[in-house]
Amino acid sequence: MTTPTFNPRLQEIVDDFNAMAGKERLQLLLEFSQELPALPDRYAEHRDLLEPVPECQSPLFLAVEVEPDTTVHLFFDAPLEAPTTRGFAGILHAGLDGLNADEVLATPGEFSSQLGLQDLVSPLRLRGMAAMLARIKRQIREQRG
Amino acid sequence: MALPYDSAAKLQEYAHPEMIVTTEWVAEHLEDPGLVVAESDEDVLLYETGHIPGAVKLDWHTELNDPVTRDYVDGPGFARLMSDKGISRDTTLVLYGDRNNWWAAYALWVCSLFGHPDLRLMDGGRAKWIAEGRPLSTDEAKRPRTDYPVVERDDTQIRAFQDQVLAHLGQPLIDVRSAGEYTGELLHMPDYPQEGALRGGHIPGARNVPWARAAAEDATFRTRAELEAIYLSEVGLRPEDDVVVYCRIGERSSHTWFVLQHLLGFPHVRNYDGSWTEWGNSVRVPITRGDSP
Repeated sequence: MTTPTFNPRLQEIVDDFNAMAGKERLQLLLEFSQELPALPDRYAEHRDLLEPVPECQSPLFLAVEVEPDTTVHLFFDAPLEAPTTRGFAGILHAGLDGLNADEVLATPGEFSSQLGLQDLVSPLRLRGMAAMLARIKRQIREQRG
Repeated sequence: MALPYDSAAKLQEYAHPEMIVTTEWVAEHLEDPGLVVAESDEDVLLYETGHIPGAVKLDWHTELNDPVTRDYVDGPGFARLMSDKGISRDTTLVLYGDRNNWWAAYALWVCSLFGHPDLRLMDGGRAKWIAEGRPLSTDEAKRPRTDYPVVERDDTQIRAFQDQVLAHLGQPLIDVRSAGEYTGELLHMPDYPQEGALRGGHIPGARNVPWARAAAEDATFRTRAELEAIYLSEVGLRPEDDVVVYCRIGERSSHTWFVLQHLLGFPHVRNYDGSWTEWGNSVRVPITRGDSP
């Protein structure tokens, strides 16, 4: 069995989660939910520009921007009452925002299962994060044409 | 020792006022020995963002379900869980949660399978507690471990299985999902495709009464008169009916089960927890599409 490889920032997040015991991982997920940046005005005032991610249990919307030099920027919108969904978005933001398109596209799809959260959060809930990643990758491919 | 019942006037109209308490009652009795308050939410982290001081967390995904078989924990598993939470067999257990107490009602239904003697739901749940500006705590409640007895789960009274529902066809069935799921237009709850089914529609004969109709704007249950207007006058149920309720996995229908059994006093209400994710994936079971029962 091979261990998937992640970019250094994601790897650090994976390592941080796995270094913690049980319930501390939930606290870390909560911190990511609190660190999720608010939407910039250009999206906050135009929520129709965001793509819904219905695989998440609570409503989540995201937008992806790819700059000419392929730097990727990610934007998420999820209600405060949905901290788990916000936490997943916060992890993806911390791990992927600002990387170039190829680096984001190279993120293994099984990333969400490497955080040691299955027993604490449940595999069903974790599918929301895998769906966000899949949609981010699809948007990058579409925008690169 | 059981705590006193809540004497709030609205609750006295219900068939079983002993099954429900107000936020005021909880605030007043929070320090009483013999009471445990438990929060049960859809979002597994909501408890960590702040909960009623002293409340323990009870999660349906990771704690009430068996991790392997599609079933609930068994007698020893439930005893272990309750002991870990500091709940005794004689504890007054008050449940509350997010989304109109949807998951709290589900947790209450599961605890009812084990016959926990004193279960109550906090009317209005988490939303009402917060709206009233009541205190929240982020400290994880740690109660002394108890020795909860092993009580076998009784699946015969309030739980229905697929073969029993097949035998029940022709008798009252309530489908509490959204209208789109009921007609078969949607294969899953809006925004929840991961728990979908292969076929869309409803169980033949089932009437569609979306579960949240039983909740008012402030997440509390509607008054007895309002509930009777829906379930008796509009749907035509009679209290002596043998009723089966279902949804997608049995959680939303736990809310309606609570309404029919405890607020309206129907003695024979069963929750079919296999629900649409079982029925809609089963071979050769009858399905009706469209908006007629």
